[in-house]
Amino acid sequence: MLEFSELWSPIRLTIELAAITTVALLVIGTPIAWWLARSRSRFKEIVATVVALPLVLPPTVLGFYLLVALGPEGPGGAIAGLYGARSLAFTFEGLVIGSVFYSMPFVVQPIRNAFEAFGERPLEVAATLRASPWDTFWSVAVPLARPGFMTGAVLGFAHTVGEFGVVLMIGGNIPGETRVLSVAIYDYVETLQWTQAHILAGGMLVFSFTVILAMTLLQKRFSRPGE
Amino acid sequence: MNTIDAAFDGKLGTFHLDVAFTAPTRGITAVFGQSGCGKTSVLRCIAGLTRLPGRLNVGGDVWQDDETGVFRKPYRRPIGYVFQEASLFPHLSVAGNLTYGAKRASRSDGSNGVAFDDVVDLLGIAPLMGRAPMALSGGERQRVAIGRALLSRPRLLLMDEPLAALDRFAKDEILPYLEAIQDSLEMPILYVSHDMSEVARLAEHMIVLNKGRKVAEGEVGQVLERLDLHPATGRFEAGVIVTARVVDHDHAIKITHADLYGQKIDIPLVDAEPGHEIRLRVRARDVSLATERPKGISIRNVIAGKITEINEESETAYAETLVDIGGARLRARITRASVADLDLQAGKPVYALVKSITFDRRAFAGETR
Repeated sequence: MLEFSELWSPIRLTIELAAITTVALLVIGTPIAWWLARSRSRFKEIVATVVALPLVLPPTVLGFYLLVALGPEGPGGAIAGLYGARSLAFTFEGLVIGSVFYSMPFVVQPIRNAFEAFGERPLEVAATLRASPWDTFWSVAVPLARPGFMTGAVLGFAHTVGEFGVVLMIGGNIPGETRVLSVAIYDYVETLQWTQAHILAGGMLVFSFTVILAMTLLQKRFSRPGE
Repeated sequence: MNTIDAAFDGKLGTFHLDVAFTAPTRGITAVFGQSGCGKTSVLRCIAGLTRLPGRLNVGGDVWQDDETGVFRKPYRRPIGYVFQEASLFPHLSVAGNLTYGAKRASRSDGSNGVAFDDVVDLLGIAPLMGRAPMALSGGERQRVAIGRALLSRPRLLLMDEPLAALDRFAKDEILPYLEAIQDSLEMPILYVSHDMSEVARLAEHMIVLNKGRKVAEGEVGQVLERLDLHPATGRFEAGVIVTARVVDHDHAIKITHADLYGQKIDIPLVDAEPGHEIRLRVRARDVSLATERPKGISIRNVIAGKITEINEESETAYAETLVDIGGARLRARITRASVADLDLQAGKPVYALVKSITFDRRAFAGETR
């Protein structure tokens, strides 16, 4: 029979994972995007390439390296050791770290583009009006890049929701801990529970459609002259 | 210490800027030159937005001195900067833009402030307050940008061709405001322009740049009289500024009679009281020369004088001449053939026929400043 609590657990877990990942990515991704947009360093495009790697890398490859890094022998294991655990692999925390890498390009790229789009002039204007660089960043750069932040947050969230390969590699399929939506759907199909698979898959379809539509409408609103 | 002393020498890409000048800390000093001469770079160096080797002292404060390693960051310099395009912050309203600099300036620099309401009145921007920058016309936007710069309590206002991006209608809208700023605020202005008529109308002092070098510096009137500057100033707008005194008006035929150092001239009706001094600009190409007083001619203004200098341009058909009219000098651009035919030479008495005179503004409102 259909158990709604059984369906609800992966949904809640997925939303939690995506929300935490998105917030983490906005915090980590914004300075990276700023540096990529403003720096004249020779290494800038190399860093940009590293950030963009998950776009082309098979998720299993990324997942494999993350598994090694999060495992008992890697840095993840060392961090886990601080609070008595053996490893970050097959934990929710490990999933968050994996998702941050996996979804990074989807957050950093739109924010970088937004920072690049307005050019040097508004920053120079702010400087001639006595705003320090830190002040300028918050009072001019961030508000002007708002559409980029919106896009980045939405894409980061949506992309984390849909992640499968990486989760399977580093998180496995632990109910209530790492069993997120995509894994749950895969599981239901494997065990021929079509009704449950239909509900979750259909929900994802509606969710994805809504996200893209909402984003398009939001961008139209923010790019409207006079806004 | 009432001067701005600047010297910059360095490369920007392939462009070499090597300029040193002194400007007074009052009134408008124009930085004039053709496009690509480095005038904007000079302004950016003074603002600290571009860094070139050099030194800069503004009214006794050292803003840059490479020998002692001083370089004040742009946001630590009490300047106002008006860019060519208004560059208002699109995410803030007009009021938000105006107060952006005002809020930050009061914290740091203790220079004499200008009251918010005074600036708003001066620039006529009160009705725009709640609007978004995108909803303003080009002229309105530039007025707000000027107000924003003034409200940041600058000790020096830097203007980079503030009118260049505007159409003629918007230019005419802004010019009176610039004059009002100059008249009512004690604030030195460095005004970058490639438009001679703007410079003649607004500035008292000017610096002429050509290909990254300074070619002339001084009072606008004196610089304009120099015949050797045409590569830097352009031929079309070359001319002089003279001061005349209004005698009376003939409203029926829309003519103002004025006295130019003892000689009578007629100019299109101007709005100035009899007795007041007015500043007029006479372009070299609007002046012809005659060796006798001509008769039966439509030109109203025939001014007696004496040639003091002739500069024949070997690469063109023209010669630039300077004519002393007793107290002032006029420039005339005539053909070299005429110079030969009329046997013109320094010291020869001539009549200057002036086809057109441009009224710039009430120069000194009746009294000398």
